[in-house]
Parts: sequence; structure tokens; C-alpha cells
Amino acid sequence: MASLDPRIRRAEPALWNVELPPLLPLDQWQTYEVFVVRTRGSHAQHVGSLHAPDPELALVLAKEQYARRSTCVALWVVPTDAIHRTASEEEDLFQPATDKSYREPQGYLTTRERLEKYRHRLQSC
Amino acid sequence: MLETLEILLLSLADDDLILGHRHAEWIGLGPILEEDIAFASIGQDEIGHAQAYYQLLTDLGLPTPDEYAFKRPAERFRCAHLVELPNTDYDYAQALMRHFLYDAAEQVRLQALRQSRYEPLAGLAERLLREEKYHWLHARTWVEKLGHSTEEAYLRLKSAYHLLWPYAWLLFEELPQEAAMVEAGWLPPNAELRSRWLELITPILAGIGFEVGPPASEVLLPLQGARHGLRSPHFEALLAEMTEVSASEPEAEW
Repeated sequence: MASLDPRIRRAEPALWNVELPPLLPLDQWQTYEVFVVRTRGSHAQHVGSLHAPDPELALVLAKEQYARRSTCVALWVVPTDAIHRTASEEEDLFQPATDKSYREPQGYLTTRERLEKYRHRLQSC
Repeated sequence: MLETLEILLLSLADDDLILGHRHAEWIGLGPILEEDIAFASIGQDEIGHAQAYYQLLTDLGLPTPDEYAFKRPAERFRCAHLVELPNTDYDYAQALMRHFLYDAAEQVRLQALRQSRYEPLAGLAERLLREEKYHWLHARTWVEKLGHSTEEAYLRLKSAYHLLWPYAWLLFEELPQEAAMVEAGWLPPNAELRSRWLELITPILAGIGFEVGPPASEVLLPLQGARHGLRSPHFEALLAEMTEVSASEPEAEW
């Protein structure tokens, strides 16, 4: 269907399946991962990604995509392909085989209780 | 003196309002999503700046920002013709080059207005410069990058530059009653601002091989008069579109 906006010309459905010539490198920009530093001295938080032709323009574009509606004192951008990640099928790498909840902060919740018990035992000896 | 102040503030405000409107025509049509968002945001900033200038007049008992923007006859606008030019063929090189030439002028103008002896204007210039810093970074980065990019990018940028240059030059056309404004310490003469503008943009344009120099007087002559209220042939359609909604319900409160 033709757009009501005279500036927009949509392709005819018959053209949708036409084979397109291969893309040139500049036709598709690479993506960058964007990190926001929200206050001075705080660590950079990953907020998303964007397309850009180079790191300088990635920073220019990141400012409006990711630093417009919240506080920000600095931006980082990293080419997405510079990031190495573990494979999805390796997720079990992070599953412990035995109970290691004592390593988690709530593992210390019972410390006082156990200390009391121990003191009590010492006294009754 | 109020009339003189109105001439100055309207020339500043109208430039921002009309360019903001032209930038907004790109919404949804920008070359990539990220740039579409950034450019639309810059346009929105410009409209906000216009509103802030009009407000300085409202504070003195003159019309409100909405009245200035939407209820003023065409001949009472004071913008430069550069900002009125339509987005012909939606060539993004033209949009970027206009943004570059204009926001360089804004840098120079606002830096000078920070020292204005009209204090409300000096304070406003100081505030607006914070947002203008990004506009200038955005414009300069794109022009430098595209100037060293593909042949197509270079040629499009160059033809946009040739088209826009005389209009950009006239951003600094002398204002009516300018001598009184300079005398009052409100701003330096426009001729002085123009040479500061040339100092700012010449190294960047020379860096991509564009020659910078005064346009021929026979080119400039028919384009003059914008600050006196002479509108370009493109203005009427723009104003009709911009005021279409508010004119449909003139008494509505927005």
C-alpha cells in the first residue's frame, strides 16, 4: 500500500523477492557495545549496543541513544567483536555440584546463631 | 529600546525555531536509526532554545512563545534564509552541512552573547551553550568523517556546501538597528562575529579540501534582507505547515 506521506516510496511486493547484490562493507556498519558511567568514580554499566562506522561516531551517537534520560558523566564504547563470551551450551559451567550457599552473603546470616551455640557449649563444659 | 531588543531576540529565536522545524522533517527518514534519533533530538533542542529566547520577551510584557511561533504573520519573522531552505530531495549531506554551518555560527554567537551587557541574554547564552556543545561535536565529527569517506559522500557534501555557502554567509547579515545594540553592549557587530565563525570553520573545511571565501556580491545581493523581514519563497509553505494544528483550534490551550 502506498504511504500517505509523499516523501515515502515503498517497494512493490513483487520486488521483495528479487535477489539483491552482495552488501559492500560500508553498507552495514559494525555494532558497538555501550557502557555508561553514571557518577564520577562508579563502574561503567553495560546499557546496550548501536551501529556506527567508527569509535568516534559510536560515542557521538551513544550520547543521544543512552545518556539522554539519566545521569551520565562518561561513556565507553567497545566494538562488539572485541568481546569474547562463553558459549551458550557452556551454561552449566556456572552450576555448583555441591551446596556452596555459605559463599553467598546470606551464608553469614546464621553465623551469630552458631557462635552463640558454640559459646554455650564452652560454658557448659 | 524594547523594539530594538525584540529585533535581536527574534532573529536568534526564529533561526532556532525554523531550523528545528526543518530538522524535525527528518524524523523517521534519517539514514540509520541511531542518527535519526540524534538528529531529531538536536532539532528538538533548537525549538527549546527558540522558546527560551521568546520567553525573554514575554517576561517584558511582549507576546508569549506560542504567540510568536504560531500566530505571527510571515513578514514579522526575522530568521535567516539558510534555515528556511527546504530539505530538497532529502539529501542528508545537505542536512548535515546546514547543521554544521549553522551550529558553528551558534558557537560563535553564544560565546559572544555570554558577555552581553543585557544580563538575561548573557545568562541564557551560558545555559544554551551546554547543549550546543553536543550539536557542534555531532556536526563537526560527521563533516570530518564524510569528508574523508567515499567519493559519493565527498561529492554530495561538496555540492551541499556550494549550495548553502552564500546563505550561511548571510547568517551574519547586519541587523536593523545593529549600531544601537553594539552601543548598548548587547553583542559585537555581526561582521566581527562572521570573522570569528570563519576562523572556526576554515581549518575544518580546508582539511577536507573545501575552499572558503566570501561569495560574489552578485550572488549575495538577491539573497539579502532576511533580517528586515524579507522571506524566501519557501517560507510560506513552511509556516502554513508549522501552524496547521494550532490554527485549527486558535483558542485551545496546549
